[in-house]
Amino acid sequence: MAEHSEATAGLLIGVPRERATGERRVAASPDSVKRLITKLGFRVQIEAGAGVEAGFTDAAYAAVGAQIVDLEAIWGQSDLVLKVNPPLLDPATGVDELAGARRGLTLVCPVQPAQNKALVERMAALGLTVLALDCVPRITRAQKSDVLSSMANIAGYRAVIEAAHRFGGFFGPQMTAAGKSPPAKVLVIGAGVAGLAAIGAARSLGAVVRAFDVRPSVREQINSMGAEFLTVELEESGEGAGGYAKTMSPEFIAAEMALFRAQAKEVDVVITTALIPGQPAPELWTEDMVQSMKPGSVVVDLAAAQGGNCKLTVPGAVTEVHGVHLIGYTDLTSRLPTISSRFFANNIVNLLEDMGGSTKWRINLDDEVVRGCIVLHEGALLWPAPRPPAPPTPAVAPPAKAPTSAPVHAHPPTSPSRWGPVAALVLGAVALGLSFVAPAGFVQQLTVFTLSCVVGWQVIWSVNHALHTPLMSVTNAISGIIIVGGVLQAGAEPTSLAGVLGAVAVLIASVNIAGGFLVTSRMLQMFRKRS
Amino acid sequence: MPLAALDLRHPQSMAYLLAGLLFVFALGGLASQESARRGNLYGVIGMALALIATLLDPSVGSFGVILGAVALGGVVGAVLAKRVEMTSMPELTAALHSFVGLAAVLVGLSSYLRPGKEMSHAEGIVHAIEITLDVAIGALTFTGSVIAWGKLQGRISGKALLLPGRHALNLGLLAVIIGGGAAVAMAGHGGAALGLSGFGWLLVIVGVASVLGVHLVMAIGGADMPVVVSLLNSYSGWTAAAAGFMLGNDLLIVTGALVGSSGAILSIIMCRAMNRSILNVVFGGFGATPAAAGTAEVLGTQTEIQVDELAEACAEAKEVIIVPGYGMAVAQAQRVVDDFARALQGRGARVRFAIHPVAGRLPGHMNVLLAEAGVPYDVVLEMDEINEDFPETDLVLVIGANDIVNPSAQTDPSSPIAGMPVLEAWKARMTVVLKRGKGAGYAGVENPLFFLDNTRMYYGDAKKSMERLVLTLKAAEAA
Repeated sequence: MAEHSEATAGLLIGVPRERATGERRVAASPDSVKRLITKLGFRVQIEAGAGVEAGFTDAAYAAVGAQIVDLEAIWGQSDLVLKVNPPLLDPATGVDELAGARRGLTLVCPVQPAQNKALVERMAALGLTVLALDCVPRITRAQKSDVLSSMANIAGYRAVIEAAHRFGGFFGPQMTAAGKSPPAKVLVIGAGVAGLAAIGAARSLGAVVRAFDVRPSVREQINSMGAEFLTVELEESGEGAGGYAKTMSPEFIAAEMALFRAQAKEVDVVITTALIPGQPAPELWTEDMVQSMKPGSVVVDLAAAQGGNCKLTVPGAVTEVHGVHLIGYTDLTSRLPTISSRFFANNIVNLLEDMGGSTKWRINLDDEVVRGCIVLHEGALLWPAPRPPAPPTPAVAPPAKAPTSAPVHAHPPTSPSRWGPVAALVLGAVALGLSFVAPAGFVQQLTVFTLSCVVGWQVIWSVNHALHTPLMSVTNAISGIIIVGGVLQAGAEPTSLAGVLGAVAVLIASVNIAGGFLVTSRMLQMFRKRS
Repeated sequence: MPLAALDLRHPQSMAYLLAGLLFVFALGGLASQESARRGNLYGVIGMALALIATLLDPSVGSFGVILGAVALGGVVGAVLAKRVEMTSMPELTAALHSFVGLAAVLVGLSSYLRPGKEMSHAEGIVHAIEITLDVAIGALTFTGSVIAWGKLQGRISGKALLLPGRHALNLGLLAVIIGGGAAVAMAGHGGAALGLSGFGWLLVIVGVASVLGVHLVMAIGGADMPVVVSLLNSYSGWTAAAAGFMLGNDLLIVTGALVGSSGAILSIIMCRAMNRSILNVVFGGFGATPAAAGTAEVLGTQTEIQVDELAEACAEAKEVIIVPGYGMAVAQAQRVVDDFARALQGRGARVRFAIHPVAGRLPGHMNVLLAEAGVPYDVVLEMDEINEDFPETDLVLVIGANDIVNPSAQTDPSSPIAGMPVLEAWKARMTVVLKRGKGAGYAGVENPLFFLDNTRMYYGDAKKSMERLVLTLKAAEAA
């Protein structure tokens, strides 16, 4: 990679037209090209007609400073090539998008290195440096470069639009002179970015939305989008590394399936978005569930390209099985080509900006984002990056056990302590023991004392927590009852030392009585209900 | 029939019984805000009844001295009650505790000098033990409360004083008190034992118990003040009960037992709210040690927020929870916090307050402060009532609180506050923390909440910061 030679002129970026079947997106928009050139110092060349399907004319690119060139120039001259899809490579038909690629160029595109071994080998042979956009780590700092999230958001939205298109009724409730219609019930399985976007879109169309996810930590996000969180009553978190879901135990899956079977009879639309990284999509919506759905219901399987959450869906097509529409489109983002291209292009610009732009371009392997997404560095295989750690933040850590239970403390602060009765019984036992030796008067006093403690214990536990300060001040006041002792001592012999001590006690206790009652009254006047 | 000819002993006992019942109703009335004022009135009536019944005791003469003392003390108490700032309620409470302790000591000493009736040998021994208990608990309550008052006032450092061998010292002091009690019993009324008069031994007990009271409270850190004040509340009750035994007065016993139970329950509630055992608070010296344990590093940065941005966030929020802490009391910010709450309510937001049991320096302190500022009590909720609502909350404003919103209590078993129930402020969409500066809380524990992505720090004095915020909000509304 030419790190210095082109420094004066700026690195040359090439953007080809996408050649995958049905693909309408492009890896650069006029806005992103403008940022690449003016802000980051790159030079940009676009293949003629690359953006037409996304609504960007060659003239629009040219207007912001891009060169319009042919495919040969893109692969033959560029330092970096940006793409929406992995390069096509099929030895059987002889298709090889990299045929004209210059040795050592840098390719920025989704790669899916685990699934595309042959492609990675081919790129290594060409000595390419490859940044896989689908491997950008899911950390806060890299969110702006995460194409999986930005595309999933669009796919989730479009899934709802497709479902609404096939569905024979309204999503929102209607009550008209011609009749009324209840809201459609939508079940979203998997509350990742796509799932949440689907919830949002379905909610804004007025549907009743329920969502299922194996990760309890997404409950809040689901609720915040206005959907009901469905869960399985088993203590198992599906939280895997990097915020993705992991494979669950057989018991959990059995419980999950039972839940889905119950839902299948009720819901009008199911949108499945469950994916586990590096594995085929889990089968969640079985044939018997499809069978039990109402005729005219819709299933949208966003995992169709990875084998499907419903095995009946046909990738890339809409079919009808048991009277249910099964939508298996794999090009949902391409169906919104303009916004998809803009977001995709922005993600790439953000990544290139973080890597220094043209002037300070550097492949910094110590950078977590670069390390995560780099597959090949000048032909050397660096993938996979070391695994990210399990989710550490307290924001997601406290696992919600049952649907409604809050964390339960061993002793809720408001329940009476079990030591009260124990103490009373001990006191009673002591009194019993003393009664053999102590004077009669003392035993009677001990009786009064024990009963009073029990009464106090019962009464005080019911005091409202908000009134604990008035409780303290009123007990301040009534413990001034010691005044009785003072009066008895002072009243008999006011001039003796005993009497003087008693009189001082009366004085002090009076402060307590007056101060305690008055301040309590003052405080209680302040407590007002909402008017 | 002349009054003197009536046998007033039974009517007096019944009056005392009635007074005791009225005190029970006074405390029971505090079960709700609606019945609390009536409860206070019951207390006043009970006290008046008790005083009148006592004055009518045949042994009591010299009404002038007594009524003079009552009037003088009453005026002092009334002035204190009228003048005290609600933020200073912990100090007033501590001061009143100390008075009860002091009065009990005086009554105890007086009772030794003038037992009031002839006693058998056994009765004499029991009486000596009762006096010892009364003056010992009274002296301990007195000096302990004075120290607590000093700590609350800031006249004495809030740090825990941890002497080497402090447990041995406490046990030694306790042994001297017990020995002294034995000596008083041996000396009997007016006699001497081990070279010192019985009264002399009582003074020794008072002195030693005073030292014990000072030492016990000095060893407790500032964060544990709610427990200390509750405990002293309890002691002040027990000392009154001991005085009741000593004087053979059932009303004192009943009232003392009620107050003692009340303080004990408050202490238990406070300890549970900190997930600590009462022994740990009283003897552990927790308040000063955790700096070593609490240094677990928190990664990330604290993101500061400026008033304009915060005002925008406030204007957009529909569900708002305010979490007040001691910092709000220190800055006297409760009124402007109320203004803020009203401003947001005016925009259609639902604003509620979440109170942690140990927020502030006195049980229920925050509730009183908010009530004083005019916040209606039905939007002021307990931790258990509101904790589940944080996930559905747009904005949480934490004002001068730290440990009570620390998520590491739930997530980090090595944290000094592990297991303490906390307000789950971090679950809200956005949490803004008002803080004077970047310091750890009273427990010295780093707070990961401050470093979360959805947390913003709004630095400065709580009152000034809130005033700025309210002004900005109102200006934006006017514009």
